[in-house]
Amino acid sequence: MAEKVYAIPNVQTPSMPVRIDPDKCVGCNTCVETCQIDVFIPNPHRGKPPIILHPEECWYCGCCANDCPTPGALQFNWPLPLKPRWRNGETGEVLQVR
Amino acid sequence: MGTWHEYLKTEGAPPEWPYPIKFGEETELEADVVVLGGGIAGCWAAISAAREGAKVVLMEKGDVRRSGAGGPGCDHWCNVPANPHSRVDPDEWAIEEMESLGDFSNGIGIEIQCREDYDTLLEMEQMGGKIRDTDDEYVGVEGRYDDTKFMFSPRYSVDGKLAPGEGWGGPGYNPPEKRNNTVIRIWGTTFKPILKKECRRRGVQILDRVMATSILNENGEQGARVVGATGINVRTGEFVIVKAPTVIISTAGAGHIWHMDTEHGGISTMYSRNQCGDGTVMAWRAGARVTMMERNMPNRFSGGLKHKWYTGGADASYENVPLVDAAGKVLPAPTQGWADGGVMFSPNAKVIADLRSGIRDGRYKLPFFGDFGAMKPEEAHATWDLMLCEESTTKVMVDTMEANGFDKNRDAVLNYTFIEMQPSLQYRDPAGGGGIMTDWDLMTNVEGLYAAGMSTFSPGDHSYAAATGRYAGRKAAALAKKLGQGKVCRGQIDAEKERVLAPTKRSGGIDWKELNFGLNRAMQYFAGEFKNEELLKLGLEEIGRIEQYAVPQLYALDPHKLMRSLEDLSIIEYAKIILNAMRERKCSSPKLGFERLDYPQADPAEEKSYLALHQVNGEIVFERIPIRYWGNMKEQYEAHNPDYAGVFKG
Repeated sequence: MAEKVYAIPNVQTPSMPVRIDPDKCVGCNTCVETCQIDVFIPNPHRGKPPIILHPEECWYCGCCANDCPTPGALQFNWPLPLKPRWRNGETGEVLQVR
Repeated sequence: MGTWHEYLKTEGAPPEWPYPIKFGEETELEADVVVLGGGIAGCWAAISAAREGAKVVLMEKGDVRRSGAGGPGCDHWCNVPANPHSRVDPDEWAIEEMESLGDFSNGIGIEIQCREDYDTLLEMEQMGGKIRDTDDEYVGVEGRYDDTKFMFSPRYSVDGKLAPGEGWGGPGYNPPEKRNNTVIRIWGTTFKPILKKECRRRGVQILDRVMATSILNENGEQGARVVGATGINVRTGEFVIVKAPTVIISTAGAGHIWHMDTEHGGISTMYSRNQCGDGTVMAWRAGARVTMMERNMPNRFSGGLKHKWYTGGADASYENVPLVDAAGKVLPAPTQGWADGGVMFSPNAKVIADLRSGIRDGRYKLPFFGDFGAMKPEEAHATWDLMLCEESTTKVMVDTMEANGFDKNRDAVLNYTFIEMQPSLQYRDPAGGGGIMTDWDLMTNVEGLYAAGMSTFSPGDHSYAAATGRYAGRKAAALAKKLGQGKVCRGQIDAEKERVLAPTKRSGGIDWKELNFGLNRAMQYFAGEFKNEELLKLGLEEIGRIEQYAVPQLYALDPHKLMRSLEDLSIIEYAKIILNAMRERKCSSPKLGFERLDYPQADPAEEKSYLALHQVNGEIVFERIPIRYWGNMKEQYEAHNPDYAGVFKG
């Protein structure tokens, strides 16, 4: 049985300002309350991770990641064009945040 | 995990709006002081008014805990000439700062900052904010004083000006004995949650997620004394009325007027979606005088993404990180470092020209880097672990780069300064320019209406916002005691409610993003790098068409989209003020970033004054107000603050 495919509008880009680990996130919604522009809404299911509703309005202030009380639950995620690069001083190799 | 479409897939239906919808419902409150905007200036205003015994309501469209440009953090407390290590006199320094901005700056706000922001900083410490190296983590770092444990930024010279002239950047330009000690490195990520806590402790009624929409005048008459303000809850849509004899505007800047780019991340502290100028527009509608609205500078971030600014030089100010080319050759000063007194932005035109020709003829090899590995370890530690981690938003850069193996004692960050920071000239930036005019009490021409922080016509920074907010709070509280409540006009409230809720009555048409982009394009085409009468007239006509045809189609499906739609309406009004001011100033002015092709003469004597605008019965009144209208800054400050008590006790 094929998985159901919904007709939905294009996904906003960038769409993932953070990555949430559902096994670690306890759904405390600190990020929902911290975000100054309401990127998130709480999940209708209590205790579940919030929903990223307005990702394209995020300006990457990082407060949600910095203030998350559960280690590893919510990780900051640079959009592809923003990922910082640097040069390893020993090897000379140019590297980038993954 | 966590996206909307993943939820849809899992649940088989989109989530319902998570908050109760209350369009049409209203709440009414009373206060002595209502503060609009809960960023740094707004929090300090609320705390300061509450200390004076005033009943305070604070409206904030985000959550006060982390909202505003200074919400995430701050690594510099600027312009603190009253501190014990300072090598400059506060009053003289204020004049120096005001003059360095070319006569078009707010001498009142700068004098308040220079006089009071050291006291403000000490109060921050009393509340629990970290302002010195109490853990001795940075012993031996340049600029640190072992007795007070203050850490100064050694970049700033007693010569003052951010961009001094010839000789700047040369050998020995900025020796230790010439450093002014007016900028203190701080642990600013601790500040905003502390300010929220202090607001609560002082009994401030905080309305989180309530966006201010208008100021109420007595009997609904434009220009009459203020009697309150209205707002809308951006989660529920509930309309809020606060009756109060004084209102303080402490809202954000206006970085979105020429530039909107949500989907490509070209937004930042200075250009976040919140930067819509709605405080200035509310004041304008209430009859307050605004000025310098014609100022517009190239938007430095137009071509790229703001974090490249940081990754370019590491610290937000490029402090002390040697900029080198791909072969390790140090780039020509002044670009960075304590010794040359370099600045955060592109160096002067001569250096840029040399770099560009050097790139072509092989003297400088791309790409460029900020070479942390070449720094003394203790200096790299201070720049990387103190300044980046405490500056607004750069902690995530440190965390993600380290998680991927970056070593500050070995590696060099790729630098984009000379690529990304070459502006696209049609993208302009009004921030740090125009705003609300005030007297020495920070009150506008409308009785009871005050302004602080970014909404005053001055470059905004954290300590300026804090000091002016704190000042406006105590002044407003004093006036509120004398005035008492005024007469609110129900007709004005009803009209505002209708205006605010109009987009919710429609379910199709033009959405807030399209409207915003349309406005931006009008400004880029008709108020870009070059201006003349014809272009500006076309600009006003286009904004008029947008108002006539697009606004009646503006729709908002939920309270969040309503907030963004209302911001667009502010942008329309702000753009009109800008275009009218631009038409009225019939000269060019480099310090205002203003080039008129039909009036090329730069700042002729007869034009060198503040162009002020306000509305009387909906008609614009233009006035010319002399440069330095505030008088002698030291004398005026002292005359208006004979009872100033310094650091708060209690």
